[in-house]
Amino acid sequence: MADVIKKATRESYGEALAELSGEYPDLIVLDADLAAATKTGIFKKACPERFVDCGIAEANMMGVAAGIASTGKKVFASSFAMFAAGRAFEIVRNSIGYPHLNVKIGATHAGISVGEDGATHQCNEDIALMRTIPGMTIINPADDVEAKAAVKAALDFEGPVYMRFGRLAVPVFNDKETYKFELGKGVQLRDGSDVSIIATGLMVNEALEAADILAGEGISARVINIHTIKPLDRDIIIKAAKETGLIVTAEEHSVIGGLGSAVAEVVTEECPVKVVKVGVNDVFGHSGPAADLLKEFGLCADNIVKKVKEAIA
Amino acid sequence: MTIMEFFGIIYVSNGNFSAAAFRAAFAEEERNDDKAMDQTLKKQLQITACKVRMGIIEGVFNAKSGHPGGSLSIADTLTYLYFHKLHVDPKNPKMADRDRLVLSKGHTAPALYSVLSQRGFFPEEELKTLRKIGARLQGHPDMKHIPGVDMSTGSLGQGISAACGMALSGKLSDESYKVYAILGDGEVEEGQVWEAAMFAAHYKLDNLVAVVDNNGLQIDGKITEVCSPMPITDKFEAFGWHVITMDAHDFDSIEKAFDEAEKVSGQPVAIIQTSTKGKGISFMENQVGWHGSAPNAEQYAQAMDELKAALASLEKEA
Repeated sequence: MADVIKKATRESYGEALAELSGEYPDLIVLDADLAAATKTGIFKKACPERFVDCGIAEANMMGVAAGIASTGKKVFASSFAMFAAGRAFEIVRNSIGYPHLNVKIGATHAGISVGEDGATHQCNEDIALMRTIPGMTIINPADDVEAKAAVKAALDFEGPVYMRFGRLAVPVFNDKETYKFELGKGVQLRDGSDVSIIATGLMVNEALEAADILAGEGISARVINIHTIKPLDRDIIIKAAKETGLIVTAEEHSVIGGLGSAVAEVVTEECPVKVVKVGVNDVFGHSGPAADLLKEFGLCADNIVKKVKEAIA
Repeated sequence: MTIMEFFGIIYVSNGNFSAAAFRAAFAEEERNDDKAMDQTLKKQLQITACKVRMGIIEGVFNAKSGHPGGSLSIADTLTYLYFHKLHVDPKNPKMADRDRLVLSKGHTAPALYSVLSQRGFFPEEELKTLRKIGARLQGHPDMKHIPGVDMSTGSLGQGISAACGMALSGKLSDESYKVYAILGDGEVEEGQVWEAAMFAAHYKLDNLVAVVDNNGLQIDGKITEVCSPMPITDKFEAFGWHVITMDAHDFDSIEKAFDEAEKVSGQPVAIIQTSTKGKGISFMENQVGWHGSAPNAEQYAQAMDELKAALASLEKEA
């Protein structure tokens, strides 16, 4: 484990935009005074003429993005998840979602792992908000390799996409050489028969660790990575419910309205089995180092193991 | 010759209807700012505006709901823009180099629909389907389904931002189209309008013209009594815009304002138009109650009688 590379997906996002700038000459990137943090600054350095700072005005930025998209250009609008999905929600809904414009929203600093900035900046509600917008695609990549591939897939896709990236450096577990991103397709990373752990974002790596621990205790856990939360890969979830009879979801997001809710909605309709949700339990976060917060809020392999064992017992 | 007959001739002779042809036909009357507009053109615009007002009443009456007051106050401006200023083609509504118009005060969709139908984007008869199930003419503009609508609007404050995006996009790829946004005076109470105002000035969007329809009334009463956004002119000036004022019901004033707007460079332009809510229908003028209610059968008949009489008198003069 000594040579595990760690990288924040916001970094992957900024790099991908810069790397793809030549391939997509009509790509415009907008930010709201956070280019250094969201990492769109990397694109700005590569293509200053196609980077537009909108200042601290996220509502206007989303509208500007809609206007640019209406003229046929590709556009990414970037800010922290709290402001992109939260503050600007109604503009995203009415100016981007309703006319189904080709705007990509690059939302970084999602979840509790924002860390020291505390509750005002820890957005645990963005997936829930974006899921309610008809026609909105939601991608929450798990590591660097997946994040970069997802940015390209989003650019090749026509329609609004909300992309969720993290501030914290997380292990890179996908292999760049063999990885293939398929929009809307869940990825079974590990097979198992006793339980299915369905995870998204930085919780995918925790799910893999949990599966290792559970294997040592004789519990066979399937691990599924859901990078596209909407449209959801219903088939892989129904199959998991049928074949393992128990599902534990894991996400760095509120247990209300996120992946856990989405999975439960499918399972209750198609193949009712027990669904246990690991996530932020309807509380606000607080300041502290990201790694400590993830443990405190149960967003870690140990808590997934605990929840699986409680459910099986 | 009515303006529609004129368009008919252009269409038949060219097989390709274009505003450029219309503009060219009036090119001989190169005016300087002080001189009044060509009288024939002015009369035709007045006639068209009267028909646009009839379409507004027709739509709102049939829908039994909608916003006639603010629709009537922008009828002349929209008529001027769609029949004289905008480079648009009803046969090719998505034409890449077209001028764009964003109705940021989206609740006045009846005016936009009426002028679009007069201009030939869709049949006038369709105005009667306004707000009905299965109709394209949604309560607020829907760019996905209605030919000629450049942006879906309705939630106040949002259209101006989209207009900024269109203008910026044009600048970035060196295109010559212009973008017009129509806002309400109550609408500028929305904070997003000022985010957009800051943005447009910062990026020197001189291909953007925002018209603020200052009819003085919003749902809850006079704008100065509800939560006053005044002085609107000074605010736009302070945000770095070139500000022009005009009389919204005088085509000479309208022409002068938009001609001046075209000459401005390095700054976005705000045209603050003084208008009368409900303009053209005696019992609707300056009545806040007509912001968002439809006439009954009797009121409809009276409104149409008034407009028919106005039209007859205009046509007689022409």
